[in-house]
Parts: sequence; structure tokens; C-alpha cells
Amino acid sequence: MSDVTGQGVEGARPGREAMTGASTNGAGGGNRRGRAGRGEQSMVPNAEFTSYYGLPIVNAPVWHSPDIPGYLFLGGLAGASSVLAAGAQFTGRRDLAVRSKAVAAGAITLSAAALVHDLGRPSRFYNMLRVLKPSSPMSVGSWLLAAYGPAAGVAGTTAVLGRFRRVGVGATAAAAVLGPAVATYTAALLCDTAVPAWHEGYREMPFLFAGSSAAAAGGVGLITAPFEQSGPARRLAVVGAVLETVAAQRMEQRLGVVGEPYRQGLAGRYLKAGRALTATGLIVALAGKRSRAARMVAGTALAAGSAFTRFGIFEAGKQSAADPKYTVEPQRQRISNRAGAS
Amino acid sequence: MSGASAVSGVSGVSGASVDPATASGYPDHPPRMGFFTDTSVCIGCKACEVACKEWNHIPEDGLSLTGMSYDNSIRLSADTWRHVAFIEQRQPRAEPDPAHAGDVRWLMASDVCKHCTHAACLDVCPTGSLFRTEFGTVVVQEDICNGCGYCIPACPYGVIDQRKGDGRAWKCTLCYDRISVGTAPACAQACPTESIQFGPLDELRARAQRRVEAMHDAGVTDARLYGHDPADGVGGDGAFFLLLDEPEVYGLPPDPVVTTRDLTAIWKKVGLAALTVAAAGIASFVRAPR
Repeated sequence: MSDVTGQGVEGARPGREAMTGASTNGAGGGNRRGRAGRGEQSMVPNAEFTSYYGLPIVNAPVWHSPDIPGYLFLGGLAGASSVLAAGAQFTGRRDLAVRSKAVAAGAITLSAAALVHDLGRPSRFYNMLRVLKPSSPMSVGSWLLAAYGPAAGVAGTTAVLGRFRRVGVGATAAAAVLGPAVATYTAALLCDTAVPAWHEGYREMPFLFAGSSAAAAGGVGLITAPFEQSGPARRLAVVGAVLETVAAQRMEQRLGVVGEPYRQGLAGRYLKAGRALTATGLIVALAGKRSRAARMVAGTALAAGSAFTRFGIFEAGKQSAADPKYTVEPQRQRISNRAGAS
Repeated sequence: MSGASAVSGVSGVSGASVDPATASGYPDHPPRMGFFTDTSVCIGCKACEVACKEWNHIPEDGLSLTGMSYDNSIRLSADTWRHVAFIEQRQPRAEPDPAHAGDVRWLMASDVCKHCTHAACLDVCPTGSLFRTEFGTVVVQEDICNGCGYCIPACPYGVIDQRKGDGRAWKCTLCYDRISVGTAPACAQACPTESIQFGPLDELRARAQRRVEAMHDAGVTDARLYGHDPADGVGGDGAFFLLLDEPEVYGLPPDPVVTTRDLTAIWKKVGLAALTVAAAGIASFVRAPR
């Protein structure tokens, strides 16, 4: 079977040798793109950018809101809360430990429900554990959740019941070890796609998610912990809020045109709200340590800021995939850079 | 199949000329098969679209008039595995037959899944539903797919898609059932002008090279190959094209890269970020000295 038609190469009709008409305005005459000078480092969008009827080139994620952005937030909250819980446990801050473990268990349970709900075939969710593929962040994440979920669940349940102490200590330690990975692998999940605003943001997004998770867990810790145990929650929240803000800033600046979706439309509004809430939470957390009302306001603002940020990043990915400009222009730039270098 | 799919997840992304079937763990396999779609002889009859739908039992997905020239199927999707693009351009042209000279050119091109050497959809599939066949093609096992949707934004060409009301991901199989018994895929079989050519990829690449050279000799200097180069960002396509304009004119990315090429760098950043969370957690329990 070496031929295209199944009739042998000799059987080929002359049809495919047919010649088409030639353009009379020189090479590449059909190209309506205003071709810039080779190697030019223009950051201005090409005015004569071409596309096929303005249709997108890459497919936007079919993941639903609030399932997936909600999971990004809750998974981060759970993972970082497990770290906070273990620290509290081993430094004798009993109330902070119990409440952080309960938060982690609750958040990861909701996460699992959201993830299964988002599947096209929810009844086949168990196929996630059919193989383990390091090339698939979702596969790695599924195994991570399969280990972390039960650990966080047991830690939370034993803490709330106040029974099976020994089992609880082991589960708390296991959840604390896995928690940081649960909080940050979701950045790999988004960045390992062809969605320009996500993929190109891979240098900063893991740190953005790390900060966002810490801010959320610290913020919720501020709400739940009594004053005398709230110090670590406040410090975690402050570090997280700063990291979240700085990483987001750096990502948007570095991405240039590809980063536009982070500033526009629904994504832009979510991220703006997230930044304002995080900044508010940060200031109130630092200013009003002794006031219970201040701790409640700070904690709520930080958690809400984290959530808005995750929803914004999710929406930005959809907006970035929907406009072919963000797919074509960086690729054109790459081609012209290569041509300029050689 | 499940064994092959587990192995195929780790497709070495570096290295120019990789045989994907060998890399996926097939010790002995037929030559890599593919499509060469020569758009210069496409007449826009859509026989490929129809044959594909018929053979693969693809459901009807809307009958509407788009106003996009003669294109009413819009783009590749879960229910359109061959898509004929129509582009109308105004430019002065010299035809082989002077009687046909004019200033309008009508580009037609039948698009399809590229069956990449380094396939992002296959790399990111968490269930092993997507697998590499012995022909080097990429196929979804519909009894495994749980509709997670990860392959969909991963594809640099926007090919694979979720079927509405079904939830699973679908795309061209390069007629795995037909080529397994030595028959050409339905679209290639139906194409009346041999714009769609099916065969061993090596032969197709050599033939395409001759064709593009013949076109350049005839003065058609805007003819170019797309997806033929094993050194490109996806390691070369199993289904490649001869185009008469820039790829983006046809809705194709000009310089696609498999997203998993950067995955090692991504995992390193994630590892550092996870350590940052752990460190921030520990540090928050260390009391500042008074």
C-alpha cells in the first residue's frame, strides 16, 4: 500500500498535477499582511493582521465557571490551610489547628465535587486513575488529590471529633506535605495548554497561585482563629498577598500584547476587583491586629481577593483563546525573530 | 491498546526526526501514514466532509448559512473532522489559460487533524483515552474518554473538541478502521481531484517537495508547504498541506508549538512555588525576635 488511491502510483490521474494561476504582483501577492521589515521588534499590533473570518485558531477551554475557577481557589485554600494546620498543631495552637483542618477538609470536598461535576462524563471520573502520566498535569493532579483528599479529610474529621489522635497527627502531617503541591500544580494545569495568555505566563503563574493560596488560607485563618493564635495566619496572609500581587504584576508586564486579556473585559474586571480586595485585606490585616472586626474584614477581603483573581485568570484564558490575534502575532514575531537571527 | 497508551504519554519532545510509533513502544509497526492535502487542486466540492461524516457516523451539527463564502461548516469541531475553507481574494492574476485571467482568486482548502509527531492532546490526556496507533496517528478511545476536556485547549491547531450532549472529545482518526485493513481514509477516497492524498508519510513528503518545486517553476511563487518539516514546533505533522497564502489566512497557526515542550520548565516553577508555600507556612510560625 504505497499509493494514495489504492490504484498504484501509475494509476494517478493528471488532475493533481494541474497548475493554478500565478499572482502578477510578485511573490506572496495574496498575502494582505503588511510585512514588516525582517527582524523588526515591533510591539505594536499589525494593522493588517489576517485571519480566517476572524475565527479563533485555538479552542477555548470547555471547562465551566464556577466549577473550575472555583476549584482553583478552593484547592489553593485547602492546600495552604493544611500547612497552617500542621504548623498550629506542632506549636500547640489548638483552635487554629482544628479550624484550619476543618477548612481544608471542607474546601477539598467541595473541590472534588466541582471537578467531577465539570466532566463531560462524570460517571467515568475513576478513569482519571487509569494511568499516571507526568506529561499530563491533570493526571498528576488527580493522583495528588487521590492522596491529599483522604489525608485532609481524615485530619479534619479526627480534629473536629477529637478522637483517634494518633491517626489525626499522621494525616495532618501527610496533608501538610502534599498541600503545597495541591495549591500550586493548578498553575501547570493552565499553563500546559495552547491558550496564549496561560501558556506564556508560566514563569509567574505558579508563584501567583502560591501567593493566592497563602493569602486565602491566612485570611480564613484570621477569621476562624482566636486573637492569641492568629499571628501565624496573619503572617501567612501578608506574605501571600504580597507574593500574589507582585507575581500578577510581573506576569502582565512581561506578556505585553499577549497579556491584554488580563486587563480587558470580564477578566480585567475580576482581576481589578481581586487586586483591590487583596490590597484592602493586606492593609487592614497589618493595621488592625487587636480588633476582631478588623480581622474579619481583612480575612474576608483576602479570601475574596484570591477568589476574584482565580476567576479573572480563568476568564482571561477564554478571552485569549477567542481572539486569533493572540495566537498569530506572537508566532509571527517568533518567525521574524528567527529570520532576523539567521 | 491500554499498554501503548500508557507508554505514549511520554513522547520525547526533543529530537528532530522521531518515529512516533517507535517512540510509543511499538517494536514492529507499519510505516507512518498520513495525508498530503494539496490545496492548489481543491475545487471546494466538500465530498471529503460528506464522506467523513457518512463513514464515521458523525451526527448532524446544524444546517445554517454563514455568509463566509461557501463555507457553512465554519471550522473543525467534534462533529466536523474535515473542513473545507473558502477564501475570496481580489488580486490580479495570470492563468495558464488566458481566457480565465481575472482579478479574483478563490482559495479552497480541506483542513483536518494534523496527527502531530509531538501531539499535545495525547500528552495531556489524563486517562490514556488518546493513544498513538501503530501507523503513528493519534486516536481517541471513546470508551475511555471521561470528557475532562484537557486535550481541547491543549491542541495548537484547535482541532479536537467536545461533542455537545455527549461530553466526550472527538476528532479525526485518520480512518483507523479503514487503514487497518489497507483501505484509504474516506475523505481521500472521495476526493475527486486528489487534493487529499493518503500514503506513507515519507513518500508524501517527497511528492509534496516535487509539487511545490514544479509550482515555483511555473511562476506560482506563493505556493508553500505547511506542517511538512520534522524540525518544526510539533515535530512535523502527519497531515500536512500545500498552501497558496500564509497559514493564518486559512485559519492555521503560523508557528505552532506543542505546549508540553515547556512542561519541564513549568514543573520546575511549580516545584519552586510549592516550596515557597511550605517555606511561607513554616516562617509564619517563627516569632520575630523582640
